Amino acid sequence: MSLLKEMKKGLFTSLWFVFLTFPLMVIKVDPIERVVRWRWENALYVAVGTFLMYLLVTFLMQRKNARAATETEVDADRESFIHRLIASPRQKYLLGGALLAVAIAFPFFSSSYQTNVMTTALMYVVLGLGLNIVVGMAGLLDLGYVAFYAVGAYSYALLNHHFGLGFWAVLPIGGGLAAIFGILLGFPVLRLRGDYLAIVTLGFGEIIRLILENWGEFSKGPSGISNISRPGLFGLELNLDAAIIYIYYLMILFMIVTIFIVNRLQDSRLGRAWIALREDEIACQAMGIDKRKTKLVAFSLGAFWAGIIGVVFAAKTTFINPASFTFLESAIILAIVVLGGMGSIIGVILAALILILLPEYLRALSEYRMLAFGAILVAMMVFRPQGLIANIRRTYIFEKEKSPAEKS
Amino acid sequence: MMDTPILKISGLTMDFGGIRALNRLDLDVHAGEIVALIGPNGAGKTTFFNCLTGIYAPTAGEIILTPPQGGKSISLKGLKPNQVTEKGLARTFQNIRLFSQMTVLENVMIGRHCRTRAFILGAIFRNAATRREEREIVEMSYAILEKVGLAGVANEFAKNLSYGAQRRLEIARALATEPFLLLLDEPAAGMNPQETQELDRLIREISDDGLSILLIEHDMKLVMSLSDRIFVMDYGKKIAQGVPSEIRSNPAVIKAYLGEEVDA
Repeated sequence: MSLLKEMKKGLFTSLWFVFLTFPLMVIKVDPIERVVRWRWENALYVAVGTFLMYLLVTFLMQRKNARAATETEVDADRESFIHRLIASPRQKYLLGGALLAVAIAFPFFSSSYQTNVMTTALMYVVLGLGLNIVVGMAGLLDLGYVAFYAVGAYSYALLNHHFGLGFWAVLPIGGGLAAIFGILLGFPVLRLRGDYLAIVTLGFGEIIRLILENWGEFSKGPSGISNISRPGLFGLELNLDAAIIYIYYLMILFMIVTIFIVNRLQDSRLGRAWIALREDEIACQAMGIDKRKTKLVAFSLGAFWAGIIGVVFAAKTTFINPASFTFLESAIILAIVVLGGMGSIIGVILAALILILLPEYLRALSEYRMLAFGAILVAMMVFRPQGLIANIRRTYIFEKEKSPAEKS
Repeated sequence: MMDTPILKISGLTMDFGGIRALNRLDLDVHAGEIVALIGPNGAGKTTFFNCLTGIYAPTAGEIILTPPQGGKSISLKGLKPNQVTEKGLARTFQNIRLFSQMTVLENVMIGRHCRTRAFILGAIFRNAATRREEREIVEMSYAILEKVGLAGVANEFAKNLSYGAQRRLEIARALATEPFLLLLDEPAAGMNPQETQELDRLIREISDDGLSILLIEHDMKLVMSLSDRIFVMDYGKKIAQGVPSEIRSNPAVIKAYLGEEVDA
């Protein structure tokens, strides 16, 4: 496209943005002096800023397209940098060990606020990995994932409140209850796919939240449950700072276990069945895969992780109410999976860290924080629609005929 | 044919609303046979396959499967597609239905699913039995790929294969389920003459291994050269059956399907 044409389109875009942001950026009502201030200079900033941004994006897009057209092979090589990095087991363990060392040392050189933020990020890593089973591998679009998170959190809160059960006792109960709810949701939606499934799961998530909000005798309604005990460490009483660090280490442990299990599931008979189910349901059944069983297992395993993290959440904040389990949570977890690259474990981890840590560290931008966050999300999806790190399939190397050696 | 047929279909009827897609169809396949099902477009051949494999539930009629090694006869009516496959009847699809985001080898490995057992705990702990099972899945899948001539592209994505190779991969995937009866839905569609010849050879090899084959095909040359017997359908009804030479000279068939010029 010619430069002039692009300039014209850019001009239109910037005018459109001036119009859109007009009430926000230009008009300011001063309630004390009872006057309206017209900040016209802001309109100019928006116009110039948008115009330059438009040119930049167009330029980048064109360069990307040109590269895709000429040197696809080289591009593909470059993109799989991370995959090549972890291709050899030695490099993989070295990298993993280094990351683990940094993660373990983290609380010692940062404030408890930082540690707390990092714990939240790790929780979302596990939530993302759990939802990745349902959405990324089995291809079942689940918009009500937060319901299982709520089930986990409330099972700890209620069992702790009424029966004084401890964190470690409830952890498997919370996970198990969430898994049962996963199956309960799974049964009615076995025949559904895509948009219809998304709507039903969305409804399911809302139902759980509304029950928690309105069934006062059971869940104490919107005022929530407070004074939930923190996880115990062999009967030791921990002060607040120690407890934060303790939960942080617990989360690191949970994350490692989750990565290990999800990774193994993905490379198993069951994982292959999930991916086949995502690719073509009819062919999948015709190849002898039980659709019902495979779907239900995906739902319940995905829900299990949400339940576990729900228990951790309740123990970490010591207070929960239904406001923590809105649709926005489901949306964020889903964004983690999509942004990371459907079915890709490393991608999900990276995306969870970015999506949870970014809003925290964007606080420097004060009120424009969420605006910048949104802009970054849009930019990421425009430039990497396949996700941060697209999943690669396991390959097998055959050294000699019929004596296969495996490589991941 | 003195033995009991491995597949016996009697009075199979399928209605879609007011449309009778299959009308009291009778058909039988004996052990080791290659049987072709032909008919003009819209005759109901694919509907017939879908009824057989549990994708559609037939309105009426009976489907009896008898394993060749002296097994018990089973009715396939009311079984789900995956159960039908478990009983030893595998199929390919007219419009190719591969798992395009999986590798060629993984596509075949999916076929082993119904003959293997490992589940959640096996996947997580990867005990000796699971490891052995996985190794067997890989080895057997690779052997099948060698048989159909796709071993060289085992780690390619299925979507990157050529059309003829995708058709052969569908056959490989079906073979991995260890069927004794293989249903092929237009395996030669869209193939060039050389690919069709290779397919002819492959089907003969599969037949020599002791499998029975039921084949829907429009390529008359292939049908006439391969089949032991041919069934002809039109408007959901069987209009003729017999050996290729009989079918070729059957006036009803010529009228319905082959037209005036027979060049086979």
